[in-house]
Amino acid sequence: MGQITLEKVTKSFGDVNVIPPLDLQINEGEFVVFVGPSGCGKSTLLRLIAGLEDVTSGAIKIDGTDATNLPPAKRGLAMVFQSYALYPHMSVRKNIAFPLKMAKMDPAEQERRVNYAAKVLNLTDYIDRRPGQLSGGQRQRVAIGRAIVREPSAFLFDEPLSNLDASLRVNMRLEISELHNSLATTMIYVTHDQVEAMTMADKIVVLRAGNIEQVGSPLELYRNPRNTFVAGFIGSPNMNLFSGAAAAEHGAATIGIRPEHMDLSTETGTWKGVVGVAEHLGSDTFLHIHETGLAEMVTVRASGEFAVKHGDTVYLTPQADKLHKFDKDGLKIA
Amino acid sequence: MATKASRSAARIMIAPAVILLLGWMLVPLIMTLWFSFRTYLPLRGGDQGWTGFDNYVRFVSSSSFWPSIMTTLTIVVSVLVITVVLGILLAMLLDQPMWGQGVVRILVIAPFFVMPTVSALVWKNMFMDPTNGLFAHLWRFFGADPISWMSDAAMPSIIMIVSWQWLPFATLILLTAIQSLDGEQLEASEMDGAPLLKRFYYIILPHLGRAITIVILIQTIFLLAVFAEILVTTGGAFGTRTLSYLIFQRVLESQNIGLGSAGGVYAIILANIVAIFLMRIVGKNLDN
Repeated sequence: MGQITLEKVTKSFGDVNVIPPLDLQINEGEFVVFVGPSGCGKSTLLRLIAGLEDVTSGAIKIDGTDATNLPPAKRGLAMVFQSYALYPHMSVRKNIAFPLKMAKMDPAEQERRVNYAAKVLNLTDYIDRRPGQLSGGQRQRVAIGRAIVREPSAFLFDEPLSNLDASLRVNMRLEISELHNSLATTMIYVTHDQVEAMTMADKIVVLRAGNIEQVGSPLELYRNPRNTFVAGFIGSPNMNLFSGAAAAEHGAATIGIRPEHMDLSTETGTWKGVVGVAEHLGSDTFLHIHETGLAEMVTVRASGEFAVKHGDTVYLTPQADKLHKFDKDGLKIA
Repeated sequence: MATKASRSAARIMIAPAVILLLGWMLVPLIMTLWFSFRTYLPLRGGDQGWTGFDNYVRFVSSSSFWPSIMTTLTIVVSVLVITVVLGILLAMLLDQPMWGQGVVRILVIAPFFVMPTVSALVWKNMFMDPTNGLFAHLWRFFGADPISWMSDAAMPSIIMIVSWQWLPFATLILLTAIQSLDGEQLEASEMDGAPLLKRFYYIILPHLGRAITIVILIQTIFLLAVFAEILVTTGGAFGTRTLSYLIFQRVLESQNIGLGSAGGVYAIILANIVAIFLMRIVGKNLDN
């Protein structure tokens, strides 16, 4: 259960074509992350799968059966919304039980499932409170609880962590990953945060303007970005992309090198530059190098103890096997 | 800055408003109480001194007292039910995106700006007149005998007129409430398997709870004192004599200020009983 196939799915709002024909296969039990800059159609794609938007053309199959025209409730999917969308006038218990009540489930079974979800999500102490009395993280867990009691064939998450503060976000990220491990249900997760995508996904789908730029495991995308967009989007800090003379030397229109794949020296190297800002993170230091003649700014990772200061001259040497070459259309040269 | 000087300055500055409002309320109240214990017949000897509770006993023992209470309550409850139910439906309708939304909303609110006397006269003469009214023409078009609204269906007529006036108010308050409903909640309930009616019952209606409470409380205050609509239509005949109309008749038609004042005190008591009941029933919606 939990296999979703999109076949030539398109979506237009009036004259605006948001999703051009798109094919995607999501396998059972996978944690799939849709990632892309805002406005790339990732939320729309999720809503198409959920059935909250109608597809303009194409077909959506869930577990092999055509679900294109099924109403959302009949698709067997559960969704966690960005705003959590809890029902403010109902207690946590009633919120979680709502989908079961709508399905006219036996009250004893409802009770059992709600208690189980509350236990899994550490909500037992708050079960009779209302959403207004809960913190952001607790509300998030109630929203997840409301999704898991239905035992859906797949979970859909629409940027669920974007309203939480940084430390809570890291915690919830772990909790969702663990939930995926214990339930082994298909999960589709939308985010614009590539760190969330890298840490949680089995499979990342990188979207730009409704197009799928690349699909693959986090490390596949990191090691072998198919084009300059994916190269620039995956990885933190972003990959350095150079065009012009430096690229021509390697027989490419654009070359890319990650900040962590350059050797840094104060004496000798391929490229020469001047240190601008140094961001000290403790374990690492990210240096912004200017006046290299390659790009306005080059980011490079140095060890935490590398001692340079603003205005120093440094030399950079790319690790040859980690250099990415792209042709004039931005596509990777093998 | 809450210094001693600024606090006393603040007190001095709000004093005129407080004194004016207190005077506005207290002077008529005390005068009503005062007159209710006196025999005061302006055209038959003027103020003739204390009578104790005679006015109160006479007002209650009159055969028109209990019917007038029932009429008042019937009008209040009927208008409340009609305006709240239609108000919710209209608000949901107006919340839908449509062409000319701004104009439609202004048109819907318009009846509220028409003075009660005027609207009641328009209804009486243009719609409900048994020979020339629009309803009479409509009835005849279908071959039915026109209803003589003001005599045969006096109460429904009054209720219809008053509801028409108050529907815009209810719609307006409920529309603003409905607009504040989070769309994701509706989508979440849709995914949770709630069909349209259940979404309405479990999501929209509870969300509107507070707005409905406010509509009910505010309207009740004004509906208990409905007067102009009755004066210009039935003149209190055909079972449309409300408590406030009865008081008006005692004071102006019977020229008995003492008796009317006693009625006024009963009206205060009735309003308070209604208010306590309402707060008991719907007041908890205003908490949190």
